[in-house]
Amino acid sequence: MRESFIDTTTALLAEDPRTALVLADISAAAFAPAARSHPDRVLNVGIREQLMLGVAGGLALTGLRPIVHSYAPFLVERAYEQIKLDLDHQAASAVLVSVGASYDRAAAGRTHLSPADVTLLDTLADWTVHVPGHPAEVPDLLRTTVGGDASAYLRLSTQRNERPYGGGGDLVVVRDAGAGAALLVAVGPVLDAAVAAAADLPVTVAYTHRPRPFDTAGLRALAGNEVILVEPYLAGTSARVVAAALADRPHRLLALGVGRTELRRYGSAEDHDRWHGLDPVGLRRSLTGFLTPALV
Amino acid sequence: MTSLATITPRVAEAAAPLDGRHNAGRHDAAHTASHPVGALLERIRAGREFGPNVYSTLDALWVLYDRVLRVTPATADHPDRDRFLLSKGHAVAGYYAVLAAKGFIPPDWLDDQGGPESRLGDHPDRTLVPGVEIGSGSLGHGLGLAVGTALGLRAQGLLDPQVYVLLGDAELDEGSNHEAIAYAGAAGLANLTAIVIDNSSATHGWPGGVASRFTVNGWTAATVDGRDHEALHSALTGHHGHRPHVVVAVVENGEQP
Repeated sequence: MRESFIDTTTALLAEDPRTALVLADISAAAFAPAARSHPDRVLNVGIREQLMLGVAGGLALTGLRPIVHSYAPFLVERAYEQIKLDLDHQAASAVLVSVGASYDRAAAGRTHLSPADVTLLDTLADWTVHVPGHPAEVPDLLRTTVGGDASAYLRLSTQRNERPYGGGGDLVVVRDAGAGAALLVAVGPVLDAAVAAAADLPVTVAYTHRPRPFDTAGLRALAGNEVILVEPYLAGTSARVVAAALADRPHRLLALGVGRTELRRYGSAEDHDRWHGLDPVGLRRSLTGFLTPALV
Repeated sequence: MTSLATITPRVAEAAAPLDGRHNAGRHDAAHTASHPVGALLERIRAGREFGPNVYSTLDALWVLYDRVLRVTPATADHPDRDRFLLSKGHAVAGYYAVLAAKGFIPPDWLDDQGGPESRLGDHPDRTLVPGVEIGSGSLGHGLGLAVGTALGLRAQGLLDPQVYVLLGDAELDEGSNHEAIAYAGAAGLANLTAIVIDNSSATHGWPGGVASRFTVNGWTAATVDGRDHEALHSALTGHHGHRPHVVVAVVENGEQP
């Protein structure tokens, strides 16, 4: 996905003089050709994330459309106040693009893990959040968000599904288990594991790469009275949205995702999937537990 | 450019290495009474006590809007206008008074400052107040926004407008400023001028002087008496290099940041 982002952004910088890119050293080498072509619009401020966001806010105030990029924890968490004040409070907007996701670089440890990025951005109003599940989804999402005027966050990962799903992010039914089935909504790269886990269970599986704004109309159309969320970031991040969308309907909700506890373990992203119960076996265990409540 | 030989001992002290504190200066209310926006400021004050920070910023604000900035209410949204960013957003009373004096906002807005229907908060909001370039209040945001604004103008070939940003010496405690100071120097942002109101309010001071934090990163600098309109004017307009410029305006009261 990172390569797809770099290629598309390089093209956008050439196509649209309104586009600018602000970096804090991360991926700077990959953007060197773009920086040579557009030295005034490809700005690497060094390892200065507060300034990276402040510069983006200033660029936006002059009418440019900044794309801001770094590792997720440095882009969203380290400079959160700059996102809140230098963009939102100024009524300025930008497109933030992160790499690293929850635990792409598991062996790097806690400093490079960002399971809370989407949750943290969700404290702000009116952000579009895309969590693509395949590199081929990235170019259209990037072009659409950069072509618009609102603030957006693209959360890129090295984890991916087998195939891409196009569209703007409304729920897409991947597996239809028929009337009365529970609805599982998988966000981004957790789809394949969710489909494998649902296998022969009475579960309809829908996919989205856009948790914000969540497709609540699609949710209401597809959901019965049992909903399962599977998100590749903090568990429960979209639970409030689902609860509000189904407030007029008695329902049960199972919200799966990355846990809050700091594991202090390295390994690979696949290891962390397993430890957080987001691999097919762990998801299956959660699904069957939810669909077959324990006898009292 | 004002030379050190012509400025007050207090200014010379600030421009040279120092680590001491300074005594309070003249009585501010008396100073304000004769100021061009004194009457407007009194309408905002409405009998309340103002901290010394309000008065310490007033002269720089007046010189900027009266003699330096190429912006009027008619050009407040024009791409070619000069930008003024108030980073120390709590210095807002003098700012509103100057904006009213120059016709950006109606003077009667001043009478209800901070009220439930007022557009004028204790910190400014750019979406509510005509002529206000940034909303500020949390310290350490203006300089980064100013760097981005200067870069954005340059990227669009708008080489005429200048970007001015006003900070306080205590505000410089925030590390975000030092990210911006270092980068602006490296990037050679000639269209950027920072004004630092130095009322010696930084808790741990700035040994070596405020200006040295900028000049070591390639900025040009002038340290002047922050009450002296002529000195402020020449320092603010004496910027003809290819580097960012800082004007340290030294004032005598240091009780509040």
